[in-house]
Amino acid sequence: MRRGRTLPEQEGRAGLALISPTLVITLVVVVVPLLWAIMLAFQDVRLINIRQSGLFGDYTLDNFAYVLAEPGFWSALVNTLVYTVAGTALSIVIGLVAALALRGRFRGRTVVRASILIPYVAPVVAVAFLWETMLNPQYGIVNTWLEEPIAFLTQARGTFLGVEVPVALLTVIAFEAWRYFPFAFLFILARIQALPSELEEAAVVDGATPTQRFRYVILPQLWRIIALLSVLRFVFTFTKFDDVYLLTGGGAGTEVVSVRVYNFLTARDDIGASAAQAIVLAVVLVVFLVVYLRFFGGGERGEQG
Amino acid sequence: MSRDRFERALFRVLRPVVIAVLFLATAFPFYYMVMLSFRDIQELILEPGSLWPRSFTFDTYADVLDRQGFLTFMRNSAIVAVASVAVTLLISIPGAYAVARLEFFGRRQVHFLFLAVYLFPAIVLAIPLFVLFTMLGLRGSLVGLILVYIAQTVPVTVYMLRNYFETVPQSVEEAAAIDGCGRLSTIWRVVLPLSKPALMATGLYVFMIAWNEFLFALLFLVEKRDSWTVSLGLSQLAGSIEIPTTVLMAGSVVLTLPIVIIFFASERLLTEGLTAGAEKG
Repeated sequence: MRRGRTLPEQEGRAGLALISPTLVITLVVVVVPLLWAIMLAFQDVRLINIRQSGLFGDYTLDNFAYVLAEPGFWSALVNTLVYTVAGTALSIVIGLVAALALRGRFRGRTVVRASILIPYVAPVVAVAFLWETMLNPQYGIVNTWLEEPIAFLTQARGTFLGVEVPVALLTVIAFEAWRYFPFAFLFILARIQALPSELEEAAVVDGATPTQRFRYVILPQLWRIIALLSVLRFVFTFTKFDDVYLLTGGGAGTEVVSVRVYNFLTARDDIGASAAQAIVLAVVLVVFLVVYLRFFGGGERGEQG
Repeated sequence: MSRDRFERALFRVLRPVVIAVLFLATAFPFYYMVMLSFRDIQELILEPGSLWPRSFTFDTYADVLDRQGFLTFMRNSAIVAVASVAVTLLISIPGAYAVARLEFFGRRQVHFLFLAVYLFPAIVLAIPLFVLFTMLGLRGSLVGLILVYIAQTVPVTVYMLRNYFETVPQSVEEAAAIDGCGRLSTIWRVVLPLSKPALMATGLYVFMIAWNEFLFALLFLVEKRDSWTVSLGLSQLAGSIEIPTTVLMAGSVVLTLPIVIIFFASERLLTEGLTAGAEKG
């Protein structure tokens, strides 16, 4: 150790040295590209002319004007919102039900628990292909159970009990709920098993019925984890690309904004418009988060380390 | 009292039903996947509703691995996943140690950066990286993909490892320092051997992300078939009419099986790591 440097100074230097590889790679692969994406959104760029557009290129709002004027963008944004809210809510509700059902011991619990986790663990490409095959109108197993085959993934609208429903969008939402309820299940089960049993025992002694115990004893202790899960699932689903792209390719009324971003980037080779839509999507997400934290997050702030 | 008795009876019936439904909804699709992968396509077309093949065939696997090139895809996926795990650990171990133990400028702010990266939408990142890799001619190379996976996982792994490093008693490290260990050799000889479960969990987490990832593989590798990962390969071939569905189901099994095996072999480690990590963030 060299002289003339205090221990805290040494420690500070060592800390920065050890953290620097982490910072460098996050900076180079995440932060700088983010800034660049913002710049691209304000420029008229395609892959052909990308080399001419520099740091001091012509900045313009044209991309935003163009993108926001297209009706396709707004319907995609509505789809994204419906898909996200429904997918998030369903996956959390099913996860909660699953956690409550698997709370106590029973024979075969390990097997059921393992089975529940597979949809979340398995690669998205494999499960999307599996769903496509199962729902195939010609030879899919699900359609052999139905009287009339339904084109779940390619039919935009259909009637169910006399009501018109968006078939493909509902299917995609069902996929989302099926694939991500294990995530909610894991977190909620971990929380439930960590709850002190005295409270519930006291409620039993006081004569509370099972639903009352759930409503007044268990659920209040789960609100925090449910709130956290809602934020996480909302954020992840809102910008999710893989699931919708793989299931429907964005067709049949399921186009979400991220799939549009991809199509503008590759098929249309319009980088500027693609970036503009991605930025709008991110801004909308941030606005939602801020509103959410404003209304629901106030009590939790103090507890964060 | 009667309401209580009614509810208890109701839930005694309802609970097994819910469990059975959940089990069927999750297990049946995967049973179907495995079953189809051993069937002949003709048989599937003729009897789409049957749940047990008349005859088992392994030709589907031979076809998908050899003729459709899944062996190459598996090799690519393995390279990408193993390299991502190795480099991510190499970067995040010192990083996590620094955040756990050392007081340095900006230590408190680091969390926000990590949380932001963790929640950051990949689709926004995809645009500039796609442009950059096109300009650099890195599209089609696995190196670019590995770089992206590292950057996306490092923040989370730093967080997971930090939580574990904090549980290593400081006195052990001080003892090592008195015995003449420098900082790096303390990490290497004392902290890491004590953190084996956490390292395993973290490594597997990165492996799963890298093996399963789709969007960046699609953007960077799609034009070069020799570089396809298993995920990309399956998604690209799934659209073609010439390849029988049963053969592609064999491909799905090949894609899914390694991940499922790894996950259940290490499930305890992984779920504890995941839930412990996220409960605070």
